[in-house]
Amino acid sequence: MKILVGVKRVIDYNVKVRVKSDNTDVDLSNTKMAINPFCEIAVEEAIRLKEAGIATEVIAVSVGSSASQEQLRTAMALGADRAILVEAEGTVEPLNVAKAFAKIMAQEEAGLVILGKQSIDSDNNQVGQMLAALTKRPQGTFASNVTVDGDSVSVTREIDGGLRTVKLALPAIVTTDLRLNEPRFAKLPDIMKAKRKPQDNTSFADLGIEVKQHIQLDKVEAPAARQGGVKVGSVDELIQKLKDEAKVI
Amino acid sequence: MSYQAPYKDMQWLVEQAYQSQHLAELNSLQDFDLDLANAIIDEANKFASNVLAPLNTVGDTQGCQFENGQVTTPNGWKEAYAQFRDSGWIGLALPEAFGGQGLPKYIAQPVNEMWLSSNLAFVMFAALAQGGSEILLKFASDDIKARYLTQIVTGEWTVAMSLTEPNAGSDLGALTTKAVPQADGTYQIKGQKIYITYGEHDMADNIVHLVLARTPDAPAGSRGISLFAVPKYRVNDEGVCGEFNDVHCTGIEHKTGLHGSPTCSISYGDNDACVGELIGELNQGLMAMFVLMNEARLSCGLQGVALGELAYQKALQYAQERVQGAGVGGKRVAIVEHPDVQRMLLNIRSETFGLRALGYQIAALLDVSELSQDSERVRMAESRIALLTPIFKGFATEQANVMAGTAIQIFGGMGFVEETGIAQVMRDARITTIYEGTTGVQAKDLVHRKIRMDQGVAISQLLTDMRDDICAASQSKPYQRLAVAVDQLADVVDRILLNPNADTAKLDAVSVPFLNAMGGICCAWQLARLEQQAHLNHAQDNDFFGNVIALADFYSVYQLPLAQAALTTVSQEQNGVGAYLF
Repeated sequence: MKILVGVKRVIDYNVKVRVKSDNTDVDLSNTKMAINPFCEIAVEEAIRLKEAGIATEVIAVSVGSSASQEQLRTAMALGADRAILVEAEGTVEPLNVAKAFAKIMAQEEAGLVILGKQSIDSDNNQVGQMLAALTKRPQGTFASNVTVDGDSVSVTREIDGGLRTVKLALPAIVTTDLRLNEPRFAKLPDIMKAKRKPQDNTSFADLGIEVKQHIQLDKVEAPAARQGGVKVGSVDELIQKLKDEAKVI
Repeated sequence: MSYQAPYKDMQWLVEQAYQSQHLAELNSLQDFDLDLANAIIDEANKFASNVLAPLNTVGDTQGCQFENGQVTTPNGWKEAYAQFRDSGWIGLALPEAFGGQGLPKYIAQPVNEMWLSSNLAFVMFAALAQGGSEILLKFASDDIKARYLTQIVTGEWTVAMSLTEPNAGSDLGALTTKAVPQADGTYQIKGQKIYITYGEHDMADNIVHLVLARTPDAPAGSRGISLFAVPKYRVNDEGVCGEFNDVHCTGIEHKTGLHGSPTCSISYGDNDACVGELIGELNQGLMAMFVLMNEARLSCGLQGVALGELAYQKALQYAQERVQGAGVGGKRVAIVEHPDVQRMLLNIRSETFGLRALGYQIAALLDVSELSQDSERVRMAESRIALLTPIFKGFATEQANVMAGTAIQIFGGMGFVEETGIAQVMRDARITTIYEGTTGVQAKDLVHRKIRMDQGVAISQLLTDMRDDICAASQSKPYQRLAVAVDQLADVVDRILLNPNADTAKLDAVSVPFLNAMGGICCAWQLARLEQQAHLNHAQDNDFFGNVIALADFYSVYQLPLAQAALTTVSQEQNGVGAYLF
């Protein structure tokens, strides 16, 4: 079974996010970029399935600028066998990403697609669900445990108030939550080998997808700076402030 | 987060070193380009910041334990070592034929810097593996190479460097450990060594001690010293360890810093059953050990950079959080707003930046010296490395101590309190000016061997290069300031250091001030060069390159004059020391 795994290039989680002075977007010039942490968990899960003899090949797929090659290389250093880059400039909407994955999933006859549940930059949490709808295949989102058994996969999902385990017929789509696994560090010899692993470049046009824009980004603003607190004299005063000023009760 | 690699600084300075030493022209580096360097820096940073850095405090507070000849490393050390080894980092810059990765030095340098910043006490074994392997590669017989090297390069075994004895420290000629030849060609080793880093520990299956000792009929002094491989467990013909080799740890030191690194006293051959194998020729041990020594000295210089970076990160974070005193307009501000705190932060930042640039240049020069086909380029690179090694070792480690002290000053009273962690940097830094040759030893090496015995060839070439750069950028303020210092330096070199009739005792007295002057001038030179590059690239990243320009300006105004003051001292070498009766 082949596994497709999604890899998105996003701002490194250690970097302090800055908004462009004209409020058009987050300022990404000269900032350190990295694999989206949820995607890293997806890569790890796919590699573990390969190590367990369940997967035969792990293919890392990214939709984004040519710079995303860096993240694909990282995925290959971690253990992905090859990579596919769907080259696209600017922000790519979730639906277009899902369409690209649907095409590649069919081309590669992948048995399982593992994606991060969301990316830490746009926080949409949509691609996995859209991909399931487009391909009419079952989905197991927010996975904290994944067990493949024959032609099905059991996915334990983190939901409000507990865990729900679903059994999906393969091919299926799984999106990862934080607690699914702890990604490994790449080994030095594997970083060097990753340079020689194959990477194919394609585009929306090559995949026969017409890119439609449904979303327009109006503006991006930094959150308002936190106001200093005050000491209240009594519980009554606190309740009154919560009612009249904070308007939360 | 306790430490994050200064990713951007590293990336840019690696690129600068790569370009200025024309490494792209070296055929054997085709597969080792800047893209690979960046990918490796990125991955190494994850390991350094997530695995090694959190253990740094553990090592400091817990230290190593010694009981019944056994050394127990701090909690987490063993597991981290296994992870470090399995990730292939030990063989980073060692040959692929023995299980290494064969990376060039220019890529290994930033990676090593990260290890040293994140946990200096822990990674002491890495430089020992690197240096020890290089000795074996260069001097050992094929048989010894076959039986030892792969295990060392892959980290299955570690290396200890056994030089010092109670009466033989800087003066190794005085050592007395004996090596008695046996009928089978091996030697019986007997003697006591002290200050053996990782001489005993619980992280690997075997420890290969590289021991300096004397054969019975060896000449006295440093000409009668040979080098032996003395494993803790004997190594059979197939390279497998067997019986215990009568190598006993008799204790570990309670030290000012580096608590996580066991500093062992080792007794060889208590029961006359300690077998050593000769490495290289008889009585040529010191020469072989110098390969490791030079490696270790450059690694020490890098420790200075690494500790400066760590001190800066901690001090900057504190200065941005600590609100104290009023700024402009009377409002209470974080102390980073105060000009004097900015001065202190810039001291650390600019020194670290200049030293890092110098260290990365040296690494690139090492690649040229090892890989270039052009014999003239190789000769020039070797001569420059030989000159810069004592300067980098001596100056970077002296500055590490200054910088750690400055960082504590930024913390104020909290800096004197252990729980902030900044005091550890000062305590760990303290040994760096002492081990692998004290600053005094480096300074004598610089003045006598690298300048006087060299008849000023290497230093003249360095001065010429500096002056060429100064001429090419005559409008630059940092270069204009550097020009004055370089003239002063050239005068002192010609008039005093290269004076054939000089009183060597007088030169010894001013040798450390001279080394410090050279260090400051070399850093100012690096920063002035980087400033020019920053102007060219300014539009790409205003904040970063604007700061590089600011650092070059700061250094040339605040730090360079200290080098000039030291030159003033050197120029009065007849005075000051010698008259006082102790």
